[in-house]
Amino acid sequence: MDSIVSLITQPLVLELLITLVKIGFILGLTIGFFAPMLAWVERKQSAIMQDRVGANRAGVFGITVIGLLHSLADAIKLIFKEDFIPRGAERGLHTLAPVIAIIPSLVVFAVIPFGGQYTLWGHEVNLVIADLDVGLLYVFAIGSLATYGVVIAGWSSNNNWSLLGGLRASAQMFSYEVTMGLTVIGLVMFYQSLSLVDIVAKQENFWHWGIIWHFPAFVLFLGCAVAENKRVPFDAPEAEAELVAGYFTEYSGMKFVMFWTAEFLEMVSISGMCVALFLGGHHIPFVTQKFLLTAFGDLLGQDIGAVVVMLIGVGVFITKLVILLVLQMTIRWTMPRFRYDQIMKLGWKMILPLSLCWIFLVGVGILTGVMPRP
Amino acid sequence: MNQYIPVLLMFAAGAGVAVAMLGLSELLGPKLRFREKMEPFECGENQVVSPKRRFSVRFYLIAMMFIIFDIEAVFLFPWAVVFQSLGLFGFVEMMIFILVLAVGLVYVWKKGALEWE
Repeated sequence: MDSIVSLITQPLVLELLITLVKIGFILGLTIGFFAPMLAWVERKQSAIMQDRVGANRAGVFGITVIGLLHSLADAIKLIFKEDFIPRGAERGLHTLAPVIAIIPSLVVFAVIPFGGQYTLWGHEVNLVIADLDVGLLYVFAIGSLATYGVVIAGWSSNNNWSLLGGLRASAQMFSYEVTMGLTVIGLVMFYQSLSLVDIVAKQENFWHWGIIWHFPAFVLFLGCAVAENKRVPFDAPEAEAELVAGYFTEYSGMKFVMFWTAEFLEMVSISGMCVALFLGGHHIPFVTQKFLLTAFGDLLGQDIGAVVVMLIGVGVFITKLVILLVLQMTIRWTMPRFRYDQIMKLGWKMILPLSLCWIFLVGVGILTGVMPRP
Repeated sequence: MNQYIPVLLMFAAGAGVAVAMLGLSELLGPKLRFREKMEPFECGENQVVSPKRRFSVRFYLIAMMFIIFDIEAVFLFPWAVVFQSLGLFGFVEMMIFILVLAVGLVYVWKKGALEWE
């Protein structure tokens, strides 16, 4: 017993344990909670918006919990479905594609801070899995890997619908990746850092929040991110009316679930990015972390107080996340699908020039002193 | 601890999730194969044309333009980080760089490479 305690208290081992706990928390929050919940929200919100009753059938002994059990029922059903690979498909690549799709959508969460830094029992805890100083570049680098999953899925299926979906997806994701990168340049000029932890730390003052000084960039970024994620109104690559299901036409069972989970996880990571970049991360407007720490520290003691403040921070982060997710879902059920030429036109002829203009305006704003220098 | 070790751990966790999902399907799913079923889906018809053929050149054009403008973005990131200490000189210089690329965009636009019929 003593040896275990002494092993755990070694700094390196302790750090490793904390990292593992954080990874476990993120996995639980994303795959365990948000992915099934979003599947439910997608059905229930559409039902409410279209004045239908919606998902309400799946239940255990007549208990349906407003349709929440549908996600569970879907998961159980899909586990027991056959994993189908059509004749003439590239078997290896066909299996690899969903793996390439789902891993980046999870790994992106490594740099998104879901809370601040706290001192608990004399140990620094930073609520982000890896505080990389190139955090923002890392997000774009990993995010662009997801393109491979989609393109390989479309190409390896030996199916015309899949190929067309994969082609559309590749061109669309390329285009919006460029514009997505350009829309946040102004933000980097403003905060002078690529580390998301730094950017969040600089938003402690409400008047330095990204959304206040960079509202146009926020709109452009969210639009690009939705397009990058191929969700309605940008879902031409998987347009069910024209392409059956686009690049994942030939996928079934858990491989289908992997694509579908990747899409929902990407929604969550987009929201996480927006919260970190534009909405002040875990900060509450006009309340500094120091104030919370002293208030709860006096009330409950230093360490318990810090734990409470930490939980509040995570709660605030998740609340902002949920607001953005609901916003994305509302967009999804409000807009009709754009035509493919309209999508490309929007990306290259409108958002790209606009984001370049925004970089210029931010530069002028900072140099003339109109914008603050946080 | 090196900051990239947690990233590697995260990669391992992601790969674990992916392999677990594939494995579940492989272990628990039924396997019923016959010739008609293994056909690629084409709304109930036999496949008329193979998908392994040439496709529109526009997709290549977009890919090439992606490389040009993504490299522009890559150049902009390090500049943006030190923008405030570079001051006016750095700003003007980068605006000239962006202007050159904007001329490129206008050229591509006028040439019709951004049109989709």
